[in-house]
Amino acid sequence: MTQPASEPEMLSGGEMLIRSLKDQGVEYIYGYPGGAVLHIYDAIHKQSDVKHILVRHEQAATHMADAYARASGKAGVVLVTSGPGATNAITGIATAYMDSIPMVVITGQVMSHLIGDDAFQETDMMGLSRPIVKHNMSIRDPNDIPSAVKKAFYIAESGRPGPVVIDIPKDMTMPNEKYPYEYPDRIKMRSYNPVKKGHSGQIRKAVNMLLQAKRPIIYSGGGVILGKASKELTQLAQQLNVPVTNTLMGLGAYPGTDRQFVGMLGMHGSYEANMTMHNADCVLAIGARFDDRVTNNTGKFCPEANIIHIDIDPASISKTIQADIPIVGPVKPVLKEMLEQIEQSKLKMDQDALNLWWEQIDEWRQRHGGRYRTDDSERMKPQHVIETLCKVTKGNAYVCSDVGQHQMFAAQYYKFNHPNRWINSGGLGTMGFGLPAAMGVQLSYPDADVVCVTGEGSIQMNIQELSTCRQYGLPVKILCLNNGYLGMVRQWQDMNYESRYSHSYMDSLPDFCALAESYGHMGIRIEHPDELEGKLEEAMAVTDKVVFIDVLVDPEEHVYPMQVPNGAMSDMFLSKTERT
Amino acid sequence: MRHIISVLMENEAGALARVVGLFAQRGYNIESLNVAPTDDETLSRLTLVTKGEDRVIEQITKHLNKLIEVVKLVDLTEGSHIERELMMVKVRATGAQREEVKRTCDIFRGQIIDVTPTTYTIQVTGNEEKVNAFMDALSGATLMEVARTGVAGIARGDKSLSL
Repeated sequence: MTQPASEPEMLSGGEMLIRSLKDQGVEYIYGYPGGAVLHIYDAIHKQSDVKHILVRHEQAATHMADAYARASGKAGVVLVTSGPGATNAITGIATAYMDSIPMVVITGQVMSHLIGDDAFQETDMMGLSRPIVKHNMSIRDPNDIPSAVKKAFYIAESGRPGPVVIDIPKDMTMPNEKYPYEYPDRIKMRSYNPVKKGHSGQIRKAVNMLLQAKRPIIYSGGGVILGKASKELTQLAQQLNVPVTNTLMGLGAYPGTDRQFVGMLGMHGSYEANMTMHNADCVLAIGARFDDRVTNNTGKFCPEANIIHIDIDPASISKTIQADIPIVGPVKPVLKEMLEQIEQSKLKMDQDALNLWWEQIDEWRQRHGGRYRTDDSERMKPQHVIETLCKVTKGNAYVCSDVGQHQMFAAQYYKFNHPNRWINSGGLGTMGFGLPAAMGVQLSYPDADVVCVTGEGSIQMNIQELSTCRQYGLPVKILCLNNGYLGMVRQWQDMNYESRYSHSYMDSLPDFCALAESYGHMGIRIEHPDELEGKLEEAMAVTDKVVFIDVLVDPEEHVYPMQVPNGAMSDMFLSKTERT
Repeated sequence: MRHIISVLMENEAGALARVVGLFAQRGYNIESLNVAPTDDETLSRLTLVTKGEDRVIEQITKHLNKLIEVVKLVDLTEGSHIERELMMVKVRATGAQREEVKRTCDIFRGQIIDVTPTTYTIQVTGNEEKVNAFMDALSGATLMEVARTGVAGIARGDKSLSL
């Protein structure tokens, strides 16, 4: 603030909101105007510090903010109007909630005296969003706006992160009603004090258990990325020579090309990751929540393993799988303390046992090791497309995925060596996430390679955003694995419904290249495996516009391995003809 | 097993909806629910009775604690505690029943708090068991209306749920 604290600046509610965002360090907000937020939009127009990105549909605004948060670790900010603006944001809020992504969503509301009267564009956003937010609040006094914003960021970003909604009735932002503005430095809440470190006694027990293990594995999830503990995880694993598997949300937390990395685990996890889990005698779970897509049948889960579970959210511990040693705390300080205690411990890992364990793991690697059918050189294999993308981008791109087969192929075959580069809707599985996510990342990382890996189904759920890309000059690359089918649905229909393709075929697809060109972008169609690498290189070299890369891939391809329903982690289909 | 969970929460609009919503969303059951202000006007106290396996109860208390407006909570059934519920019951009181109902009421140390030539309104307080027993004892009479407050509870001895 330029004025002395004794004479606070007088601002309207709308101005206070935008100034608060500026003082919070927000550079971009993503949104769409409408009646209830017009005063706020006028306040945006009067300044230039906080830049607004106009999307074409509110859902896209939420995914942009969400992906910015996933890449940067800082909360993304959304501004939408009441009623349909707010309801359109719901899918994106739920997406962020399921993956614990920090986000602040500001929704307009009808005038306070009209609330409850079924006024024009009124919807009970507090009620609607309640089950899918970390917290929400309604502004009832304009004086509360700065502290509400501070509180929203604090809640969204601390502890287990998540989205926070601030619902603001229009009369809280009246341009002619001015209030003294002061942005608080900090917020103290008696009812919310996220835990800062783990319990040392529990950590000691965990270290003792881990050091005595003969067949250990580290199972790490999105919490390691959110908790910025990639370095500590890598150090712990490498110091002890323990295998590491990542969840879908945790990819990149441990280097994907490292020998100790056994791949993703779970429903479409690697054979070796699932086998290593199933046969382990000690599972160290770090910032992962034993999701049903990981555990398969919980009754058959890791029958011989002791479970150590580190998580910042006590409700995630012993929810589906009972932890033998629970540690509640942020992963980074907990892992640091574990490393210190390992240093001091008299126990040493049994190297002979560990060598045997690695021999066994390498044997599993030999058995499957992520292979897929390559005997037909005419058919474009989606796995090969992802491998080639990884090669062309040197494994350094931000890969923003949609949802379906292409998502699993990307997770399996793009080797992420850095955290925050793999951006996908894991928990909610939101089709339409990929393109706006890529836009959110590209905007804040203009020089980075940002690729939206998608399918012809998912891309059409938010394809209107090609227009936003044009408006803001966002040169994202859209890699569409086009097989003419809703691939994952088709795969399930092949496996469980005798190939009755009920509504999984997409007829009347547009010419995606021409469509992209109509927005002023570039389109590249790839039909034959021979032209793949060259054309991908050509596409990645373009830095000033969107390139829509439409790749015609084999519609027969399934994602393997795939866990057998209701089985143990080790029960998998390995191809159309083999199972464990 | 039956649990009585008492929750101190910020006395703010929407806080109750969050608690009730949590139970609906996650499929936990609520047998009774009681909310009222406390001596501290910024706090309200909510007491709920729920049933479930230990694992479910553990999840319930963890999720309640996660709600931003929840300041503190206690599962009273984990220790020695006192529980009370108040019930008002309106009974048809004519003929031979008039005397019979009065006797039952006295046995349960209930109070008749409203009288008409044909009805009694009786107030009974006690734990859930006693209140239920009184209802059973009245089974010969014609019940016109029952109003129960739900259970409130407090720990015995020095322990207290306060800030």
